[in-house]
Amino acid sequence: MALARTGLGPAAEALAIPVGALLAGVVLFGLFVAVLGQSPLEVYGLIYKGAFASSFSWQNTLSRAAPLILTALCVALPAQAGLMVIGAEGALALGGLAAAVTGHGLDGAAPLAVKSAMLAAGLLAGGAWVAIAAALRQYRGVNETISSLLLTYVAIALFNHLVEGPLRDPASLNKPSTHPIGAANAIGSLPGLDVHWGLGFGVIFCVAMYVLVFHTTWGFGLRIVGGNARAARLAGLPVARLVVLACFLGGGAAGLAGATEVAAVHGNANASLIAGYGYTGILVAFIARQNPLAIIPVAVLLGGISASGGMLQRRLDMPDATVLVLQGMVFMLILASETLYGRFRIFRPREAEVATPAGKPA
Amino acid sequence: MTDLGWWGVPIAVLGGALRVSTPFLFVSLGECITEKSGRINLGLEGILVMGAMTGYAASYTTGSPWTGVIAAGFAGLLLGTLHGLICSLPRVNDIAVGIGLMLFGTGFAFFLGKPYVQPKAPTLPAIAFGDWSSVPQIQAALKVNPLFLIGIALAFLLAWAFRNTRWGLVVRMVGDSSDAARAMGYRVNTVRTLCTAAGGFLAGIGGSFLSLYYPGSWSEGLSSGQGLMAVALVIFARWQPVNCFYAALLFGGAGSLGPALQSVGVTSGYYLFNAAPYVLTLGIMIATCSTRRSLAGAPGELSIVK
Repeated sequence: MALARTGLGPAAEALAIPVGALLAGVVLFGLFVAVLGQSPLEVYGLIYKGAFASSFSWQNTLSRAAPLILTALCVALPAQAGLMVIGAEGALALGGLAAAVTGHGLDGAAPLAVKSAMLAAGLLAGGAWVAIAAALRQYRGVNETISSLLLTYVAIALFNHLVEGPLRDPASLNKPSTHPIGAANAIGSLPGLDVHWGLGFGVIFCVAMYVLVFHTTWGFGLRIVGGNARAARLAGLPVARLVVLACFLGGGAAGLAGATEVAAVHGNANASLIAGYGYTGILVAFIARQNPLAIIPVAVLLGGISASGGMLQRRLDMPDATVLVLQGMVFMLILASETLYGRFRIFRPREAEVATPAGKPA
Repeated sequence: MTDLGWWGVPIAVLGGALRVSTPFLFVSLGECITEKSGRINLGLEGILVMGAMTGYAASYTTGSPWTGVIAAGFAGLLLGTLHGLICSLPRVNDIAVGIGLMLFGTGFAFFLGKPYVQPKAPTLPAIAFGDWSSVPQIQAALKVNPLFLIGIALAFLLAWAFRNTRWGLVVRMVGDSSDAARAMGYRVNTVRTLCTAAGGFLAGIGGSFLSLYYPGSWSEGLSSGQGLMAVALVIFARWQPVNCFYAALLFGGAGSLGPALQSVGVTSGYYLFNAAPYVLTLGIMIATCSTRRSLAGAPGELSIVK
């Protein structure tokens, strides 16, 4: 399957094609904007201004990049095992809810212990949720793409039910929320930055997963499963365990994103937690070609684009969905660019016999 | 309103099934055509939302809801063609493109549909089949939209066409063995692109039902995964158009359980009852899928069941 080629092949090609597709998407978006009667250069300028021009916009960008890094891992890790999971939004919601409940329940204990418990609860809840999709695929043959998205809808229904029902703080009148975790348990900012620790956790998680996937025997086994599950089974690899654990780690990352959003931003679990980070994370993972290290810069880029949405709305009176159009165009071009791999001679290794895969979609 | 007590629930579920099932029916018939040709389009969710927006906007602009339905179909046709063409490129994964189209279609529809959130567009008329009854709930439940009837006719027509026409045979052959189709001199990618485009057309019409009849307005939260559930529904229906109709009724009934219970005063657990269709879909997939054999009736070239 096409996804599993990450990390193989010449590195230059893996960098040049996505960057080219990204630029093509930006140009196409510029044409679209021009058709609507706006100046593309002005729009690009405003996106840059809203995303990266000042320390305030950088702070906004990085706070949005933090959950994106983690939700993208929820796509990239299962993809290494050959699974296409799109359930990060549900894992994020349940992770955040678990963290909020844990934080409120343990309020009064040593803050460091409470914080650790909240993060662990978020990780476990999100991981378990996505592992369900992996187990269903492994033991029942249920397609994981569909089941993970259905599980997301179930998770959001469960989240809304609990937040507006049994777990609701009676004091939250206008906006139903769970009980607050307590100010002492809030997770603060990274030293020297005005950005919460979620960004740090995301970067650490990405580096750890990169090492795990590309520099350990476990990761090697995982990538064999992603390349050819039948061959992996014949080689005696524990396919089911590898797949379920990869999905658990991915879901855990998304759950951690929810936990840090609760512990560092909202202070309780409420509906603003479900803000679409799980879906943008899919795009991040695909642009990064499912590589955990590449996720970090791509998440910053897309965090910046979404941070600039407000600026476009205020200055040019464009709808807030403008950035969704840009993201959608980039996404379609990135997927179409898959067909370009191996077509350019400059990227081809000398004297190597490159076996071209069969011409049908996997 | 006559007080029917708990009898109100099955009547409301029946009425809901007749109402809510129409988008499921159209999207699943569209997906059925696409999947019969051996390709899967997960982006029908995006097409559904795009169809809903286009239909509403066209109905508002022209004053005729049926123009809206046709416009929605053509919007779906365009997006379906886009999916079909991109997937015809070698080594492009159809599932991934579907996810991309889902995000692209919804984003594009939200962008273009912003000016139409407020105004009121003319909506589709209903045919009242319940006038024999004096009970208002039954009258309300048996108000049927013409699109629903068109959908039923279409399901039987497609079932007949797949079995008895040259075109049906070609589509099935391309879906079961692209090698055989190529040997017979058919262009596999052309057939698949046409099938995806046709699927998009039907999904667009399904979307126009959402904005032009029930719930009958355009907003960003209009669709809640109906397009995606329809994909699972096709698997449940074993790629048989007539079964798609029965499955759509079942899903429509499950989807209207929450509002039906709310109408008799059961409000706790509202969100949980609304999750019934998703749980039903998951349950059906768990019960019918297997790791050891591919599903009976599945097109041989379909990536999702390989």
